[in-house]
Amino acid sequence: MMLSDWTLWLEWFIKSLFVIFALLTGFAYLTWYERRALARIQVRIGPNRAGPFGLLQPIADAVKLIFKEELTPAKADKILFFWAPVITMVPSIIIAAVIPFGPTTNLFGREISLSVASLNVGVLYLASIASIAVYGIVLAGWSSNNKYAMLGGLRSSAQMVSYELSLGLMFVTAIILADSMNLHEIVNKQTDMWFAVAQPVGALVFLIVTLAEVNRAPFDMPEAEQELTAGYHSEYSGMKFALFFMAEYQKMIVISMIAATLFFGGYREFWFLKDTFFSVDRFWWLGPIYMFLKVVVLLFFMIWIRATWPRIRYDRLMAFGWKVLLPLSLVIALITGTGISLAEIYDNQLYFWAIPVISIVVGLFTVIFIYRELRRKAYERA
Amino acid sequence: MSGELILFLVLALVAIATALGMLLNRNSVYSALFLVMNFIAVAVFYLLLGAPFIAMAQITVYAGAIMVLFLFVIMLLGAERLPDAKVLPRQKLFAYGLAAVLAAETIYLLVTRARPEGIVLPPDEAANATGTLVALGKTLFTSYLLPFEVTSILLLVAMIGVIVLVHREKGVQK
Repeated sequence: MMLSDWTLWLEWFIKSLFVIFALLTGFAYLTWYERRALARIQVRIGPNRAGPFGLLQPIADAVKLIFKEELTPAKADKILFFWAPVITMVPSIIIAAVIPFGPTTNLFGREISLSVASLNVGVLYLASIASIAVYGIVLAGWSSNNKYAMLGGLRSSAQMVSYELSLGLMFVTAIILADSMNLHEIVNKQTDMWFAVAQPVGALVFLIVTLAEVNRAPFDMPEAEQELTAGYHSEYSGMKFALFFMAEYQKMIVISMIAATLFFGGYREFWFLKDTFFSVDRFWWLGPIYMFLKVVVLLFFMIWIRATWPRIRYDRLMAFGWKVLLPLSLVIALITGTGISLAEIYDNQLYFWAIPVISIVVGLFTVIFIYRELRRKAYERA
Repeated sequence: MSGELILFLVLALVAIATALGMLLNRNSVYSALFLVMNFIAVAVFYLLLGAPFIAMAQITVYAGAIMVLFLFVIMLLGAERLPDAKVLPRQKLFAYGLAAVLAAETIYLLVTRARPEGIVLPPDEAANATGTLVALGKTLFTSYLLPFEVTSILLLVAMIGVIVLVHREKGVQK
């Protein structure tokens, strides 16, 4: 059996260490990145005291959080109160296990694929871990024995379960386009064209849904301060609070990686650069660099949205998820599947190019529908 | 002992322990969590048998979707600590009878199906081929098309039923 090969164990160990290290430092510097970017948008300076450009700020924050007093409410459920941050943290790290960071290469005389695991059901793995991620937040809310925390936890579980449907359908769309569930193959299929070109509306819906899945603005309902103080982590302090904070930011990073992998070519270059000097086929180490750049750009969009958009009201959030995004993503999956099979049956690429055109038309109709609906409601109220 | 056997024994212990924990715990939130752990242990069994698709589907559907809704309901109703429920008449008798039937079934299966080497055979070769998903999809949409469609219609009916039950006419106060 191949498990007896100790070098394989070593390879897995090193790759896992690398991924965990990347996520942890990524988290620390994402907080810095977000604060600097938000400050720039709001015409402030942002953290600039600790180190050059405030680069040591995350370390200072970490030291502060470690030495803060930790409180456990007297009537809390002690066991779950302790485990909830851990349960939140674990899925946000292990979900990164299937994401490929580069092509398969030859290093030290052996074939090494740049992902911790290359599963043939990789996309399903993502879906299952994403669906488990709800538990930590729900349990944190419940075990605190505080009505604000409880309501925050319930809201977030309802929100995440609702938006998971559209997320799953967007996974399906990417799978149909790639004809595979293996993330390595999904990335390789995007050599000639990113899936964001074939299915732009799908990519957009995916980005919107991921915002809701990681509880970011404008969908940060569980943390709506005016209504729920701090939501599910109201009672948490010190390092336990830091764990929730970490999990949220790691989820942002990981979900950006997933978005990049499924719709924006993963570790690959722009499709029109594939035969040039900048191709990952020529230099494998360009893979992680491209991935990093894509994640930085996608994260910037998340921060930008947070800086500019107000929070959506809770009933509107649910209505948007169930009445707009779910039907829209169903239609997108249908269009994609039909286009691909028609192109295959009649051997005509025209059908394939009908996918983006029809999708954009459907997307525009959706926008018009929302606009008219909102205007109608505004008149009714007036 | 091979690594696979050790893994199996550990998993079996985890599965049994979590199942017992689910049954014996008085707090329904803990019971639900034990059940989640049990589902995950079963999913790893599927992985051991070389069926990753079923394993992932198990986690997504049961641990991810259904149990979250269970927890949601438990918390929303505040039903964490149930008072001692009233026992149905002859409940114990029925329980013992059904348990005996289950035990008999298990023993029968073990005696008739177990092989002398003590190995459970992996599932069909076709299902384990590299394109597991392709094989699965083909089987679902050819030999099992009717059950598949019947199931989807059943789910649709359930969905419409929920919408009808929850729907409120405009202007009508409940």
